[in-house]
Amino acid sequence: MDLFEYQARDIFEKHGVPVLGGVIATTPEEARNGAAELLGRGGSPVVVVKAQVKTGGRGKAGGVKLARSADEAFERAEEILGLDIKGHVVRTVMIAEGAAIAQEFYFSLLLDRANRTYLAMCSVEGGMEIEQLAVERPEALAKVAVDPRVGIDAAKAAEIVAAAGFEVEIGAKVAPVLVKLWDVYKGEDATLVEVNPLVLTEGGDIVALDGKVTLDENAEFRHADHAELEDAAAADPLEAKAKAAGLNYVKLDGSVGIIGNGAGLVMSTLDVVAYAGESHGGVKPANFLDIGGGASAEIMAAGLDVILGDAQVKSVFVNVFGGITACDAVANGIVKALEILGDAATKPLVVRLDGNNVVEGRRILTEAAHPLVTLVDTMDGAADKAAELANA
Amino acid sequence: MAIFITEASKVIVQGMTGSEGQKHTTRMLASGTTIVGGVNPRKAGTTVTFPQGDLTVDVPVFGTVAEAMAATGADVSVIFVPPAHTKGAVMEAIDAGMPLSVIITEGVPVADTAEFFAHAQAKGVRLIGPNCPGLISPGKSNVGIIPADITGPGKIGLVSKSGTLTYQMMYELRDFGFSTAIGIGGDPIIGTTHIDALEAFENDPETAAIVMIGEIGGDAEERAAAYIQAHVTKPVVGYVAGFTAPEGKTMGHAGAIVSGSSGTAQAKKEALEAAGVRVGKTPSETAAIMREILSA
Repeated sequence: MDLFEYQARDIFEKHGVPVLGGVIATTPEEARNGAAELLGRGGSPVVVVKAQVKTGGRGKAGGVKLARSADEAFERAEEILGLDIKGHVVRTVMIAEGAAIAQEFYFSLLLDRANRTYLAMCSVEGGMEIEQLAVERPEALAKVAVDPRVGIDAAKAAEIVAAAGFEVEIGAKVAPVLVKLWDVYKGEDATLVEVNPLVLTEGGDIVALDGKVTLDENAEFRHADHAELEDAAAADPLEAKAKAAGLNYVKLDGSVGIIGNGAGLVMSTLDVVAYAGESHGGVKPANFLDIGGGASAEIMAAGLDVILGDAQVKSVFVNVFGGITACDAVANGIVKALEILGDAATKPLVVRLDGNNVVEGRRILTEAAHPLVTLVDTMDGAADKAAELANA
Repeated sequence: MAIFITEASKVIVQGMTGSEGQKHTTRMLASGTTIVGGVNPRKAGTTVTFPQGDLTVDVPVFGTVAEAMAATGADVSVIFVPPAHTKGAVMEAIDAGMPLSVIITEGVPVADTAEFFAHAQAKGVRLIGPNCPGLISPGKSNVGIIPADITGPGKIGLVSKSGTLTYQMMYELRDFGFSTAIGIGGDPIIGTTHIDALEAFENDPETAAIVMIGEIGGDAEERAAAYIQAHVTKPVVGYVAGFTAPEGKTMGHAGAIVSGSSGTAQAKKEALEAAGVRVGKTPSETAAIMREILSA
C-alpha cells in the first residue's frame, strides 16, 4: 500500500524523523485555516500548498505552489484541488511550512528483490528524478546493501553517508536521521521509504521535506493502525466490494468476467482469453479474480456476485484446476451460487474443470443443466467460447 | 535422483497438529512421503494417528525441531504455521541445522522473509517458499500441497512461481511424467529461485528437459535466462503468465506487479527467447513444445 505524502510525514514524525509542520485540507477554506495556523507559529513566512497524489511529477503539473498569506493559500488550494495529475484527481492538499533550503539530498531504503535483501540508496544530489540520476550519473548515487537482521545502525549510517560523499560535518548530521528512517522502515513494515529531497536548511538542520512510503499489506496483522491509511475514496467500488468479501479481485476494462483458483492460473486465463478475443471482435478480460484454494459455494457466489455487478461483463469464464480443491465441490459451489443469485444471474457462464475429482464435478454440472452454464473440456476451448459469447 | 527431495527424504511437519497441517500430512503420507514427526512444544510426547491405506500410522510429536532431528534423522521440514508465527518456526528449523525447509504459509510479511532468508544463507541451509505449494518427486516424496495423482515419475523437471499453473502443466504433460516439480512461490523474496532449480535440474541425471514457468514482477526470469544461456545444456521450455496485466496492479501474488517498464511478461519472454529458450504463448502451447522436444 502506497501512502500519501502527508501520511508519510505523520509516520516520519512518529518515529522522530525531522519534518516540517503540515496540515491537510480538502477545501480551500480548510487550506486558509491551516495556513493561518502554520503562519501564526512564526516558523516560516511562507507555506507551500502541495497536491496529495500517489504519482510523481506533481510540481511540473502545477500541483505545488507557494503562498505568503492565508488568503493566498485559499486561492492556491482552489487551483490545485480537482486538478488531474496523470489520471489522479487531487482531493486533498497538504499545507506545509516553507523551508529555507541550503542543499538537497536523496535517500531511499527498499526491498532488493534480486539480491533478496535491503538496499539503501543515497545521493548528495537530491531534488531531481532519481531514475534520471541513476541513468545519467550512476556514480552520484551510492548503493549500500543493508542486512535485514541488523538494519541501519550508527555504523551502517556512517558507511552510507561516506559512500554518498557527504562533507564530514553534514554527513554527521544526516547519519542519525538515516537511523530514524530505518526505524520507520522496520517499525512500520515498509517495503519502501524514500525521502526526496532530504534537505539541509540555511539554519543548519536536516529535514525530510517530502516522503514516499510503501507498506507491506501482509504485515497488517501487527499494525492495526494501518487499515485507516487506506484510500477508500480511490478504490474501485467493485474492488472494495470484493475486498470486503475477502476476494482477490482487480477490475480491468474488458467484457469477459474471469474466476479462477490460484494467482498464476488466473493471470494465465486472462492471457488466454485475450488471445481468444483476437478472433472474436477483440473482446478482453473484465477482471482478475482468484478465489484461492477453498472454492466453497459461498466464495463462488460472492465471486459471481462481484463479477455480475460489473455492467461491462457480457460472459463469465470459470477456470478451475482442482488441486486440493475437489472439482465436485467447485461444481456444487457453482450450482448453489446460481441458486443464491437467482434472477440476479443473467450472463452466460463457461466452466472448465480439471484435476481432482473432475468426472464427478462435470457430472454435477451436466445434471444440473442450468441454462446459463456451458461446460467446455479444455482451457483454450473454454476461453474461445467465453470470448464468442461476450462478442455475441 | 530427482532434485531436493527423494525416496530417502525424512520429513517433519511444523504445524502438523493444526487443521491444515493434519489435512496435508494425511495427503503427503498417502502419496508415499516418509513423515517421521511433527513439532509442537505444547504437545511434545504425544502422537497423531493418520490413515495410511487401510491401516493407520502414529506420527510422534516433538517439542522442538532439534529434538525431532536428533530422534529421527529428519532432513526436510515442511512448515504450515500461520503467518504471525512463521518466522519463529523457520528460524527454529534453521538454527537446528535443518538442511531443507519448505514454507507453505501464505501472507508472510516480507520483512520476516528477508530476515529468515539472510539467516538461512548464513547457516548454509536451503529454504523453499514462502507462499508456495512445495515440491514433488513423483513416486518418491511429496512435500507440501501438490496433488500426487496428477501424474507419475518421468524425465521432465518443472519450476514455477505458481501452484495451480504447476498443476496445469503437470496435467498437460501427464503422459510424460516428472522427475521433480517445484513451486517456488510468488512472494517478492523467496528462498529458492528459478536459477537454483535450473542448476539442480541440470545436474540431475534423471531430468532430460525443463519447463520453467514465470510470471510478471521482478526480474527473476531475466536473470534465469542469462543463467540458462551460460550454464544449462538441457532443453528448457518457458511460459510466462500475465501478458495482459496492467501496470501498477498486484495480481494476487505479492510479487506479481508490473512497475513502469520493468517486470512485464513481454520483457521476460524476450529475455528467455534471446537465451534460446522456446516460450509458449499459453500453457497448452508450452506443453506442445515440450512434447515436440521429448518426441524428437
